[in-house]
Amino acid sequence: MIGNDRVEVRKTHKLFVGGAFPRSESGRTYEATNSQGEFLANVAKASRKDARDAVLAARTGFNSWSKATAYNRGQVLYRIAEVMEGRKDQFISDIQDAEAVSAKKATHQTDQAIDRVLWYAGWADKYAQVLGNTNPVSGPFFNFSIPEPTGVVAAVAPADSSLLGLISVIAPIITSGNSVIVIASTASPIPAITLSECLATSDVIAGNINILTGDPAEIMPSLASHGDVNALDLTGITDPELQKALQIEAAGTVKRVRSAPVNPDWQATPSLSRLRAFTEVKTVWHPLGM
Amino acid sequence: MTFQYAPAPESTAIVNINSSNDLFINGEFTPGHGNPFKTINPATEEVLAEIAHANEEDVNAAVMAARKAYDKTWSKMSGRDRGKYLFRIARLIQERSRELAVLETLDNGKPIRESRDVDVPIAAAHFFYHAGWADKLEFAGYGDNPRPLGVVAQVIPWNFPLLMLAWKIAPALATGNTVVLKPAETTSLTALLFAEICQQADLPPGVVNIITGAGETGRMLVAHPDVNKVAFTGSTAVGQAIQRQIAGTHKRLTLELGGKAANIVFDDAPIDQAVEGIVNGIFFNQGHVCCAGSRLLLQESIAEQTIDSLKRRLVTLRLGDPLDKNTDIGAINSREQLDRIIDLTKSGEDEGAQRWSPDCVIPQKGFWFAPTVFTNVTQAHRIAREEIFGPVLSVLTFRTPDEAIEKANNTPYGLSAGIWTEKGSRILAMANKVRAGVVWANTFNRFDPTSPFGGYKESGFGREGGVQGLGAYLTSEETS
Repeated sequence: MIGNDRVEVRKTHKLFVGGAFPRSESGRTYEATNSQGEFLANVAKASRKDARDAVLAARTGFNSWSKATAYNRGQVLYRIAEVMEGRKDQFISDIQDAEAVSAKKATHQTDQAIDRVLWYAGWADKYAQVLGNTNPVSGPFFNFSIPEPTGVVAAVAPADSSLLGLISVIAPIITSGNSVIVIASTASPIPAITLSECLATSDVIAGNINILTGDPAEIMPSLASHGDVNALDLTGITDPELQKALQIEAAGTVKRVRSAPVNPDWQATPSLSRLRAFTEVKTVWHPLGM
Repeated sequence: MTFQYAPAPESTAIVNINSSNDLFINGEFTPGHGNPFKTINPATEEVLAEIAHANEEDVNAAVMAARKAYDKTWSKMSGRDRGKYLFRIARLIQERSRELAVLETLDNGKPIRESRDVDVPIAAAHFFYHAGWADKLEFAGYGDNPRPLGVVAQVIPWNFPLLMLAWKIAPALATGNTVVLKPAETTSLTALLFAEICQQADLPPGVVNIITGAGETGRMLVAHPDVNKVAFTGSTAVGQAIQRQIAGTHKRLTLELGGKAANIVFDDAPIDQAVEGIVNGIFFNQGHVCCAGSRLLLQESIAEQTIDSLKRRLVTLRLGDPLDKNTDIGAINSREQLDRIIDLTKSGEDEGAQRWSPDCVIPQKGFWFAPTVFTNVTQAHRIAREEIFGPVLSVLTFRTPDEAIEKANNTPYGLSAGIWTEKGSRILAMANKVRAGVVWANTFNRFDPTSPFGGYKESGFGREGGVQGLGAYLTSEETS
């Protein structure tokens, strides 16, 4: 083997905000380790200021992404799957390192994560047909209801499914035109960082998906109370006290909150509940007349 | 020329108001354990009746009755049979519609024309619509086996007392939940008449429980540990308090809160129709409507002309006895609400907006507020930002569609919006861009049980009505 004596070029693990890869403005990092506690990398430790910057980026991203056609959103999601497929080996190795699972299990998780993106790619131009409809009102009116994106969603990815769980949180949020700021698994952040490199090369609009690494307990309160965040996805919050505190903060601007699921099964085919949770039904009336 | 109208009062002989009223728990009228309070006719300030005040013991009894009915009866009953009870209720509301309308007008102050033609028939329609869903829930898009949540706590406002009750109870029962409902303190009477209707329908005891009282009763109900879901309609401040209160619990929540809707009129709109829509948008139900078109956005080129037409139209509105069939503007529901309207309109003048009202005779007794239009309003004025919940219209202008959208969306609320233009493509583009849950194009303030209603942003979350409304009362199919 030729490469054995070559000194490898190691990567700096940064945040993904507004389509760019900044370090934390705080200058802080934390050590990501494998399950044996061995050093893997120094990962950026996002601050509350980084979170606020991400909200700004997400709002800008939302203004473009929410106007994209459903067909276009589907194609961008498909593109994410394509680029992930090309990085499969890296994901498998990242997951093995992070979660101490066999190559077989890591491969399975990666396959499922890519397929999950594909599943949602296909939903982009269909969910409105399933969640929306015309309404036969009693009177001379044409009346229809359509689901629209809620806006900027702050999400916490599950701690224990570093790629599939993360993708299962991100994909439904963006499928309907929302933007997301997602905090990756604190213990296993490296697959999320690899994912951000896929997103950066997948025609994803800058700011549409923002990935922060760090401690949700530090970052989320400022997102839960932020006036320009419309909804929270607390999937990865396992501490009931923190979940409660975030729900209380969310009330300040009547945010929609999706609480942490109980014993989530990431392998199972998803329901529409995540798409539903971050869409708003708009109903339009118009009179009929000659 | 002025038309003279002879008085045309609706008779109150059809209603029989008990001088004191009990709670409705487990299918029976039961005395409350708090200090009773009085409900008045806001048009005359006369006491109509004494109402029981539910304390903690009563709240517990009501929730326990609802839990027992859920476990023993209602959750086990077939959808078909649940539906039959709802059909019965719909028919009973129709049969007793005049009685309900007169009682609503007496207790709320709204014109009989509205309680008779809007509140009561749509309430009946809600039960009829949801009755048919009860045995078809597996077709509604919530998975193969959608399940009820359990005991639902519902707290409703005073602006559409019976209608809001119907919006809450009909979907909850159709989906198999049982209910404890608290009507607003100032408008309990039609809810108690509805309790009688439940008895006439032989609805199993405990499926619907009505507890009367003030804010504290509502707080205790929402906080009760055996409640699985809370549905609230009312102010954003109270909605936020409820959202905080149930944080950390597994209670599901839907909120239908305040609004500050823009009613946008373009220069190509049919002005006469638009004026009718503007009037209906803000003066319907004395403006006590969360989705009221309280911010009129006029395109500059037609602003003067539209305001002139609007003023001419407002001169013809008749304010007075809510029981008179010719009355357009009834009484303000309470002294407290009247004070709030007075305070906000004063701020409008203080901040430099120009105030106008038609000459109208204000009755000596009762709570009244003349229809009021503010022009020269800027977006910074309180009357352009805060929900007034009264017959007060703030007029702003715009030049381009983009500016109209910018102004329409410049509010923390997002309940409804109106668009007036003859151009179809503009209607659809505007409807697409305005961040509101209900958009009325070339019409305003239309409601139907098949049509989902609810807000964006700080106007709340969840929908009431339509197939989307069922989701608020069913377990979601989520596995992750």
